[in-house]
Amino acid sequence: MTLFRDRIAASKPLLFLLCLVPLVLLGSDTLRNALGPDPVAQLEHATGLWALRLLLATLAVTPLRRLTGWHKLVRYRRMLGLFAFFYASVHLAVYLFVDLGGYWADIFAQIAKKPYVTVGFLAWLLLIPLAFTSTQKMMRRLGRRWQTLHRLVYATALLACLHFLWLVKADKREPLIYFAAFAVLMLWRLPWAQRLSSTGRRPSRLPHSPAPRTQSD
Amino acid sequence: MRIGKLSDIRAGEITPESIYQRRRDALKMLGLGAIGLVAGCSAGNAPSTGAGTATAEPNPDEKPLAITKKDEYVVSDPQTSYKDATHYNNYYEFGTDKSDPARTSGQFKPQPWSVEIAGHAEVVGKFTLEDILKPHALEERVYRHRCVEGWSMVIPWSGIALGDLLKRFKPTAQAKYVAFTTVQRPAEMPGLARDVLDWPYREGLRIDEAMHPLAFLAVGLYGRALPNQNGAPLRLIVPWKYGFKGAKSIVKIEFLENMPRTTWNLAAPNEYGFYSNVNPAVDHPRWSQRTERRIAGDGFSVFGNRIETKPFNGYADQVASLYAGMDLRKDF
Repeated sequence: MTLFRDRIAASKPLLFLLCLVPLVLLGSDTLRNALGPDPVAQLEHATGLWALRLLLATLAVTPLRRLTGWHKLVRYRRMLGLFAFFYASVHLAVYLFVDLGGYWADIFAQIAKKPYVTVGFLAWLLLIPLAFTSTQKMMRRLGRRWQTLHRLVYATALLACLHFLWLVKADKREPLIYFAAFAVLMLWRLPWAQRLSSTGRRPSRLPHSPAPRTQSD
Repeated sequence: MRIGKLSDIRAGEITPESIYQRRRDALKMLGLGAIGLVAGCSAGNAPSTGAGTATAEPNPDEKPLAITKKDEYVVSDPQTSYKDATHYNNYYEFGTDKSDPARTSGQFKPQPWSVEIAGHAEVVGKFTLEDILKPHALEERVYRHRCVEGWSMVIPWSGIALGDLLKRFKPTAQAKYVAFTTVQRPAEMPGLARDVLDWPYREGLRIDEAMHPLAFLAVGLYGRALPNQNGAPLRLIVPWKYGFKGAKSIVKIEFLENMPRTTWNLAAPNEYGFYSNVNPAVDHPRWSQRTERRIAGDGFSVFGNRIETKPFNGYADQVASLYAGMDLRKDF
């Protein structure tokens, strides 16, 4: 068991580096001028997508734990969530400082008048308290209220999906795929869905009987 | 910016002998050029990653079109690169991603081509592209191109004034509108497999808009035949309107008494009006139209691309009078 725990700890830097890969690639594409004809749109699109993907990854942790019985997975969740916040912040910064640039003050009008900007900005705002209270110390201090507060992530993910859907002109396939992923992750959290997924499972995968080593790592 | 007055390009001007000869050469080269382009695209169909799948530069073997240039129709803004103008296209018949048309249009055959003229006109019927272009001298116009999505380009088009062509068919007094239909060839246009829009693509203009000297039919860009992804072999350019008004690969031109239903207007009537004049004061319901991101020049271009959008895309002096007395918030 000790060895297993060490592996989680040891693999965290690896996950950290993995989460940085999109940023490094985008940075290198930017410097090589390889982002295509409209590089700013590409930067906005890519950083937004990674924020949304990482957000959905944090939502996938709980269902995956239950399904696989690999409960240590939860120890990766904070890093995924913080990287979601990081990419959302880069996304906002690119929009504000690179895209709007000299017209940065327009963002107030956009937030007030354009629903897709409103929900996108709101999603980012809601991530701030979650990032701020993500430390062990804050978890201890908030106790039960921590979990209540962190349910905000559901709202954030919904707003992020809407943000994507509302900015697409006609071909809504891609945002709808993300919406579907979000819906599945949320539906899975309903009590009846959990009961459904717990019946017919092999005993070795039940949460209270740890899965064999070969399956879990 | 200098744009000519109506009087500068009266229809039916007497053509000097030299231009007549050059226009004949131009037609010949247009044919050759288009064939060369198709070959080039097929070669570019081999799997490859990233940009540059289709030609990034005009094919050097392809002879340039013979075109006359009139300074009045040349805006002084820095031009978009050939590569960007031919690799960032909204042509949903070839796919909805802006990189799709350059990748998937290699199978499309813009030769031979004919256009059906129908509706309220004395001369109607099916005409070959050669017949359509024969009496006209090709000219080059450098126009600003503003997409409804909020980006813009500056592109040198080769072609003819739309009004000069339309007059040859002698539209009757009942012809109040002109409708344009894009070709619909599922075997050559993979995007048609999905019902993203109500195919075939249709666009329309009021007859006085169509007769305005700025309204243009392009057969080329950057002095070469139109690449497939840009609407080969014949497309509409209405520089004071959002880009989607410019129907591509036109197979039918129809003179109508009533306002035609147009594709984007049908898809979302509250977002895309029939007129769709570039107007920074009227936002798209979902996003702002006050400013735009200009795609022009080459090299490092991440910062400082945003500029203010001008009424009628900067052509207000020439076209605003067409809409005198209209409420452009209502008739957007």
